Amino acid sequence: MAKANEIKYLTAIKQEKRAKKFCRFKKYGIKYIDYKDAEFLKKFLNEQGKLFPRRLTGNSLKFQRKVSEAVKKARQMGLLPYVTDLLK
Amino acid sequence: MNNYELMVIFTPVLSEEDFKASQKKFLDLITDNGGEVVSTNPWGLKSLAYPIQKKTTAIYWVAEFKGQPDFNEKLKIQLLRDEQVLRHMITKLDKYAVEYNQRKRSGVPTGNEKAVEA
Repeated sequence: MAKANEIKYLTAIKQEKRAKKFCRFKKYGIKYIDYKDAEFLKKFLNEQGKLFPRRLTGNSLKFQRKVSEAVKKARQMGLLPYVTDLLK
Repeated sequence: MNNYELMVIFTPVLSEEDFKASQKKFLDLITDNGGEVVSTNPWGLKSLAYPIQKKTTAIYWVAEFKGQPDFNEKLKIQLLRDEQVLRHMITKLDKYAVEYNQRKRSGVPTGNEKAVEA
């Protein structure tokens, strides 16, 4: 039984090079994240309305904190749900 | 004189002129205490993401004003006393926030559109 590494492919498998994550706020020079803008904040929430971690959003620490503050304010004011099943 | 933003959620059963009356009441309170109203933006009836006090829709109102730091206590007391107000939030605005609101009001594209697709 040919072991995995012995299998020779005709053409080399091209590892799909994952795009380098960047902090969209630093790149586009955004300074203020508006808590009233629920549509924009939904980009940082998963299906259940929970915040994505930094390694998924690619945000820098400073802006991840600003995003989480804005999301918490939006949740307080009924713009975003605390927990839901199908957010998108 | 710091910049503040006040967001108030009223009960949905509020009639139009009551809504205007309470808006005016709070705005007068701001100007009486040496504050200055920058802008007022009633959103009107909106559905809530989760029921607040058993109500699923509510009337939103956002106002931006300048005021003394110690004024917010008085404003908060008035807001808590008014039973038409379900919930309110006073946030302090830094200079970037003020600039963002300015551009949003005047229609100038704020930087955030670029970030939407990222």
